[in-house]
Order: sequence, then structure tokens, then C-alpha cells
Amino acid sequence: MAGTLRPARTKQASEPGPDGRAELGLLQVIGADGAAAKTVEPELPVEDLQRMYRTMVLIRTLDERALKLQRAGRIGFYVSCLGQEAAQVGSAQAFEERDWIFPTYRDPAIALHRGIPVVELLRQCFGNARDRVRGRQMPVHYAFREIRFVSISSPIGTQLTQAVGVAHAARIRRDPVVVAAYCGDGATSSNDFHAGLNFAGVWKAPVVFLCVNNQWAISCPSAKQTASETYAAKAVAYGMPGVRVDGNDVLAVYRATKEAADRARRGEGPTLIEALTYRMGSHSSSDDAARYRPSEEWEAWKAKDPIDRFRRYLARRRAWSEDFEHEVVAGASAEVQAAIEEAEGTPVPAIETIFTDVYAEMPPHLREQLEELRRAEAAGRGEEEKGEFPL
Amino acid sequence: MAELTVLQAVTDALRTEMRRDDRVVVFGEDVGKNGGVFRATEGLQKEFGEERCFDTPLSECGIVGTAVGMALYGIRPVAEIQFLDFIYPAFDQIVSEAAKMRYRSGGEFTCPMVIRAPYGGGIRGGLYHSQSSEAYFCHTPGLKVVIPSTPADTKGLLLSSIRDEDPVIFLEPKRIYRTVKGEVPEGDHPVPLGKARLVREGSQVTLIAWGAMVPVCEKAAAEAAAKGIDCEILDLRTLVPLDEAALLESVRKTGRAVVVYEAPKTAGFGAEISAILAEKAIEVLEAPIVRVAGFDTPFPYTLENLYLPDARRVLAGIEKAVGF
Ligand SMILES: Cc1ncc(C[n+]2csc(CCOP(=O)(O)OP(=O)(O)O)c2C)c(N)n1
Ligand SMILES: [Mg+2]
Repeated sequence: MAGTLRPARTKQASEPGPDGRAELGLLQVIGADGAAAKTVEPELPVEDLQRMYRTMVLIRTLDERALKLQRAGRIGFYVSCLGQEAAQVGSAQAFEERDWIFPTYRDPAIALHRGIPVVELLRQCFGNARDRVRGRQMPVHYAFREIRFVSISSPIGTQLTQAVGVAHAARIRRDPVVVAAYCGDGATSSNDFHAGLNFAGVWKAPVVFLCVNNQWAISCPSAKQTASETYAAKAVAYGMPGVRVDGNDVLAVYRATKEAADRARRGEGPTLIEALTYRMGSHSSSDDAARYRPSEEWEAWKAKDPIDRFRRYLARRRAWSEDFEHEVVAGASAEVQAAIEEAEGTPVPAIETIFTDVYAEMPPHLREQLEELRRAEAAGRGEEEKGEFPL
Repeated sequence: MAELTVLQAVTDALRTEMRRDDRVVVFGEDVGKNGGVFRATEGLQKEFGEERCFDTPLSECGIVGTAVGMALYGIRPVAEIQFLDFIYPAFDQIVSEAAKMRYRSGGEFTCPMVIRAPYGGGIRGGLYHSQSSEAYFCHTPGLKVVIPSTPADTKGLLLSSIRDEDPVIFLEPKRIYRTVKGEVPEGDHPVPLGKARLVREGSQVTLIAWGAMVPVCEKAAAEAAAKGIDCEILDLRTLVPLDEAALLESVRKTGRAVVVYEAPKTAGFGAEISAILAEKAIEVLEAPIVRVAGFDTPFPYTLENLYLPDARRVLAGIEKAVGF
């Protein structure tokens, strides 16, 4: 597969043209009409392609329902990844089970694609007693040990150095593990982006950095985020290849990621991939993109929807039919509906979860504070406060 | 038993633990071939190779961020920050990441790791090679904060810190790195975290200190004894989790407390000690709690000896408490 990726330094336009044709330096596989460029089309079995499609539909179904739950006040906050499904699923497909994932809050489809059921995500969003993270984090901050999907943090960029640490440790232990380090375009301005890529370059760490460039960091457009021509170009300074792919083209993302992961596994070091896409929704349920974003931009990107594009490809490959579509959509709705019912019906976490997991063993001062709270609770519970998240 | 300095005890602990547990790795700026700017990692790269003791690029954010990753993966990182004054670029990784990983992931992911840093004044280091910023870390749930004051404790506490299941900030009083010597048991002798050390028994006033202030208190106690005042000295050793039982027991006995710390006075860890005593032992206090601390200024260069609490200032504090 080597050799199909183009260098990051190429001068290029900011986005693919309206006909879906690849602009300079932007790797594309699926054209707007669903036809694949044969020279770069990856060899994936139909079952894998269909599974990728299912995950993309599932996350879109969940996003739509979860935003409504938030609007109705049933969950406190939500972050949708509308329009970015291909960037997540295409890359997730390229990693192996033993690989580690450092996601951002906008990458839940990776967890789904690695086998986490929707109900696990919703338990977290409801912060209930069955939530893995015990109701301690705002919605969408998931953590799943069994798929090596590392706990999501709110501070932007912090996962990037950590990913390099995991990769370095794996190499010391002689484990053939590759680490996926996701970040947004805004995160490329963070300390950890620079430190992480620099350490990875120096240590030749087996990391694939995936910058999902949705062109906005809340209300900050890329033009105000960086003076670099592209985000991928930043790789050059760290001594690693930088690759730019069409982030709405699930097979292009898969191909670039697979090449980078293979390269890392062979001991050839890290790669930075920039997946160009667009944040179709507001930043979060607390944000209103209409305040700062021109609607024409949104219209243009709507025409490039990653799920529509992939569907056209599958149809051309005879891997899609109306019946299949119906089954996938109905299945996703049913799973999400059942998950909401379970998650909403589960009680809040026990009081001691405020104090457990601060340390491996609860030290005396926390035990004392827990007892204090228990006594106060026994004397009468205070008014429940409604959560507001100005993010 | 061997007679070691505090600094040699650090090296001894690292070597001992690296021999015992092949998951332990030591890294930071200049720690490899050079053995660290204070020589705390002297000889480790030679004995254990470049995979177990290695240099990093010059980025504290990177050092601690990668340490978090290594801990997540299951090896045991011991990261050196060259001076505590330079830890601030890593503050986010320490406070937002290492400290909160277990909690925020419901125990799915944990961060057993040690960050070692020389701290404190007394070496003519000026503003940026002298700070005692332990309180920032004590204020962060999820971290343990350990500060030894003797060679034996340095070794024993560092062994326990590396074995601990949670992130430990291990602060080394660089002022006494080479000046304080003592017997250190050979081999594997961990000292448990969370236990204070009774340095000197006394009946009239308890001096509470940690790190390089412990020998200062010993000197002050000797001078006080000459004046007929009987001081007890408690070396906290671990600030978080604090050995509150030992603190309260001592002050209940003496009825007076002088807290000595070299950090700026306001909101320093001594303020927390004072608050605990006021909350839980006010009925036994025969005098106001006295704080002898650094001033609420940046750390000065030429006049550092006036800034740092010395035996004279501690003695004045003792007399204030006893003479109330
Ligand atoms: C260190 C830090 N600063 C500010 C914020 C507030 N904040 C949350 S998301 C965000 C924008 C992030 O943009 P980007 O990295 O492009 O990711 P995207 O949201 O577009 O997926 C900001 C400023 C934060 N979470 N962390
Ligand atoms: Mg963005």
C-alpha cells in the first residue's frame, strides 16, 4: 500500500471541489457519485464495509435522539458528531483489537465500532448507577478499558502526550501495539500537541495522530487557529509524514490510517493524518453556531454527507439495498430506544461514589467527609440542583 | 547499613526498585548519561540501559504527559522534573490528568506514577530554583504528596511511592541533598506513606515541619532546650494523606503548635495544619497556633537567608507560643 500518500507540503485549496474531485494533496477514494478510484480503493470484505455503514448510521441515530433528550431536559449536555462519522469509523476500522485509542469527546463512534453497545454510552450520558464512570463526568466523557478506549478528558489536547507514553511503554514491553491519538483542529494549538508530536518524532513512537479538522473550534475558524497552510503540514517540523485525507470519505480515511498504522507497527514511527471534514452541528448542546457561521458553508457541506457518499459506493458494489437500509435504520432506532429506556430507568449512583476512586484506598480524611455527608443526608436531603453547562 | 546523603538515598532507592521490578523506568531532562543535574540518577542508565533510564526533550508537559501514558499502559514511570520551579508547564497533566484518571474513569484507567522534583531554597537559586510549591499539589485530590527529610526516609518513602497505586509527587529538599547524612538500610526497606515521624519528644510545644525545615526545627528545639523549653518535633513526611492522628495526638499532649514551612505563608500547607488543629483540638490549645513561614513574596536571591525560616525565627515562634 505504501506510496499512495501525498506529502503534506503541497500547496492546496481549503476543501474538495463541489464535484468531489480531489484537490491537490487530499486523498480521496470515493467520488461524489459513489464510484471508487480503483488505484486507491482498499480491499475490504463486504461484511466489514457493511459493519462500517451500520456504525455510521447508529451514531447518527444516537446523536439525533440524544440532542432531543438534552433539549427536553432529560440529559444535561450533549456533543453531536454529525457529519464526522466517516472520520471516526474509517480510522477505527484500521486499528487492531490490541491497539489503544485516545479519543476526544467527538469520537463516540469509535467505541461503538469497537463493540461497545449504545446503552453504555447512554448510561454515561445519564450519569446513572450503571455508568462506568459513576456519574462523575459530564455527558460524552466515556472510558472503556476492555476496548482500550481511554478516558476522555475535557481539557483540550492532553491525550496527545499520553498516547505517546502508551506507545513508548508498549515498545519497551515489546508489544506490537499501535496507538491512535485523536484531536480536533483547535487542539493543534495546544501545548500537548506540540509536546506530543515532538516526543513521538524523537522516540519514533508507534502512534497515529488523527487530527479531525472540522474547520471550527467552537466559534474559531481555522483561519484564526493557525497560519500553517494545512494542519498536516505541521508534521514536517516533527520529522514525521503528514497526510491529508478527505474526512467525509470513509475509505480514504481507512486507507490513510491503515498505512500509518502499518508503518507504526513496523517500527517506522508516527504519522499525522489530517481528516478534512465539517462540523455539521453546533459545537455542543450549549452552543448556537448560527451566531458565528455562514449558512452557505453548511449547505455546501451538506451535499458532501459522508453517509450518503458511502451508501452510493456500497450500492455500486451491490452491498446495499433498500431492505438492507431498512434493517440497519430500524435496528439502530430500536437499539437506541431500548438503551434510552434502560438508562433513564436506572437510579443515580450511590453517595459513596463521590469519595471512591479518588485513591485506590480511601484515606481517613475522605472517610470522615463521607460520614459527614451521610449524616447530613440522613437529616434531610437538600434541593436537587439543575445542571447548566455553559460549554 | 550504609552512611548516605539524601541524594545518594534517592539513587539507592531508584536502583533498588529498578532491580526489583523491571516495569520501573526513570526519565527526564539530562537523567541518562549525565545522571541528572544533581546526579540523582547517576549510574542508572549504565546499569539498566537506555530503555529503562532515558533522556527526554525539554518539555515538562511532555515528560508528565508521556508518564501518564506509560502508567496507563502498566509500566511504572518515575519522572524527574529538574527543579520544582519548572513543573508548571506540566501542571495540567498532573492536576487534570494524573490526579483525576482513576476517578473520572470509574477505575477503568489508573495512573500509578511518581514525579520526583528537587524543591526549596537555601542553594542561592533565586526566584526560579528555590520554590516550595507543595500546597498546589496538596490542594488536588487524587495526588499523594511526599517529602522526606532524612536519607533513610528518602529511600524508604521513595520505594513506597513507586509501589503506590496512585500518582505521587515526591519532593526532595535539595538544600539538604548533600549536607544531611545518615544511616540507610541496605536492600528493600520501604517506609509507609501517610505516617508522620516523631523526631523529638517534648512536652510544651509541638513543632510541625517537613523537608528541609525539619533540621531547622531540630536546631531551634536545641536552643529552646537551653532556655528550658521542651519541644516536640513532628516530621509529617507525607502531606497527603496526612497523618492527622499523629498530629492531634502530639498537640493534645503539648497544647501548643508551631508550624514551620518555607513556602509563602498565605494558603501554604501550614494553614491547613492550623485549620485542622483549630477544628479538632481547640479545646486543648493553650496558645494561638503560630506559623513560621516564608514571606508572601517571590523568592529573593541575595537575601534568601532572611526569607527562609531559620532557627532564630522558629525560636521566636516557640517563645511566642510558650509565653502566651
Ligand atoms: C484547554 C481547554 N481550553 C478551552 C476549552 C473549551 N473548549 C472546549 S472544546 C473547544 C474547541 C475545540 O476545538 P477542536 O479541537 O477543533 O475540536 P472540535 O470541538 O471541533 O471537535 C474549546 C475551546 C477546553 N475544553 N480546554
Ligand atoms: Mg474543530
